[in-house]
Amino acid sequence: MSSIGTGYDLSASQFSPDGRVFQVEYAFKAVENSGTAIALRGSDGVVFAVEKLVTSKLHEDCTGKRLFSVENHIGMAVGGLTADASAILDVAREEARSYRQNYSMPISLKYLNERISMYIHAHTLYSAIRPFGCAVIIGSYDPKDGPQMYMIDPAGVSFGYFGCAIGKAKQTAKTEIEKLNLKTMTCKELIKEAAKIIYMVHDELKDKQFELELSWVGSHTNGKHEEVPKDVFDDALKYAKASLDDDSGSDGE
Amino acid sequence: MNVKHQSWIPGNFKSVPDTGRTAQHDVVQHGWTPITTTTSVLGVVFESGVALAADTLTSYGSMACFQNNPRILTVNQNIIVAAAGEYSDYQFIRDVVEDKVRTEKSLNDGISMKPKALHTWLSRVLYNRRTKMKPLWSTFLVAGVQNDVPFLGEVDKLGTAFVDEQIASGYGAYLALPLMRKAIDEKREKLNSKLTKDEAIDLLKKCMEVLYYRDARSHDKYQIGIVTKDSVEIQNLTLKPRWEVAKLVQGYE
Repeated sequence: MSSIGTGYDLSASQFSPDGRVFQVEYAFKAVENSGTAIALRGSDGVVFAVEKLVTSKLHEDCTGKRLFSVENHIGMAVGGLTADASAILDVAREEARSYRQNYSMPISLKYLNERISMYIHAHTLYSAIRPFGCAVIIGSYDPKDGPQMYMIDPAGVSFGYFGCAIGKAKQTAKTEIEKLNLKTMTCKELIKEAAKIIYMVHDELKDKQFELELSWVGSHTNGKHEEVPKDVFDDALKYAKASLDDDSGSDGE
Repeated sequence: MNVKHQSWIPGNFKSVPDTGRTAQHDVVQHGWTPITTTTSVLGVVFESGVALAADTLTSYGSMACFQNNPRILTVNQNIIVAAAGEYSDYQFIRDVVEDKVRTEKSLNDGISMKPKALHTWLSRVLYNRRTKMKPLWSTFLVAGVQNDVPFLGEVDKLGTAFVDEQIASGYGAYLALPLMRKAIDEKREKLNSKLTKDEAIDLLKKCMEVLYYRDARSHDKYQIGIVTKDSVEIQNLTLKPRWEVAKLVQGYE
């Protein structure tokens, strides 16, 4: 890499001569090493799906989750260093809590996004601290504003999305997401597609074991972010595996 | 306002909520008196649960100031809490408890607060505050079902906490408690059984009526909260007083 040995990659508070901040770019690399996480925003809510890589057979099931609730109505999917991500989750929860304490109403996703983005961004400005090695996707639903979703990267840059992906296979996942007609699809349809995409982009040769995590927030959950019910999860899993079998069949022809 | 909240640092003592009212060194503060107050709360255990009753009046001195202030709180599917005393202190505790419940929910481990736990927690908070010479001027009744056994406990502004089958605060302790004990004892002596849900509700209605006749800070609109093993319910009720009983009262002419 061009940065190595030049001395410009040691601090987040110094630019390289061609205008880059290498420490932040390395933080992006940390996210690219993690299992894929995607989120899709449909007509009536947002669905999250995570490929949680299982690094050891000795781990208990359901440990090291990467889908969280920030508040009743806000979900968060994370990718990258999970310890960094849980630090951000704590900050987000505190932000939502203090907003509710001050204003007696739930925080809007737009405002929460702004606050987390600035918090993450502030960690890219000083030599004494390191940037966060993680990216987060936040999503919520309310009857007035409908479904909303934002993705924040390690630089603290954020955008609103209809569909987004982070982690190892984000490129492939994005290509798959673009094939969907997101704006007209409901959560019930999207959850299957989300599961399918995670199964599709999973690289069996490099990472053997993984667990699928699915959650959603929408009008059907009363604006609450929840893990999907077991029957929906099983259906989605079945759909994902079935379409994967079809694909491998047609490849062979 | 300096509001401390429980930190997430393992191993540390959890800080106790603090409204920041201070007894300053240079000002002699002869106790702290409530301003906007509510009157009695009643609670009675029945065979499969607990019922609480409290009217919706908040007084400003002797003025019937706010007539629609409910003070029975649904904490979760397992606990209800009713308060008497300074209304703002109840609101403060309500906000903290609701925050605790939300935090608990976002952890998504399927564990929810139990009535005994909340009763103990409240006793610690109120005892701590009275020890600081700035009590929360409230009496709380905590009702719920834990391990299939109905639970009813009280905590007062001094931090005194106890558990009983029938509890009444304030004026209710003089006027309603004897009626409640009588009804419970009679049922036990005659049939060797506990009150049914309907009997408990009727008893509370009777007590609220008696209190309405004799307690000048009471109100005809009130609520009854009922918690059983698998349901929580709050009813809004209005008394139909029979003032013709007034002429039967003798000895005060």
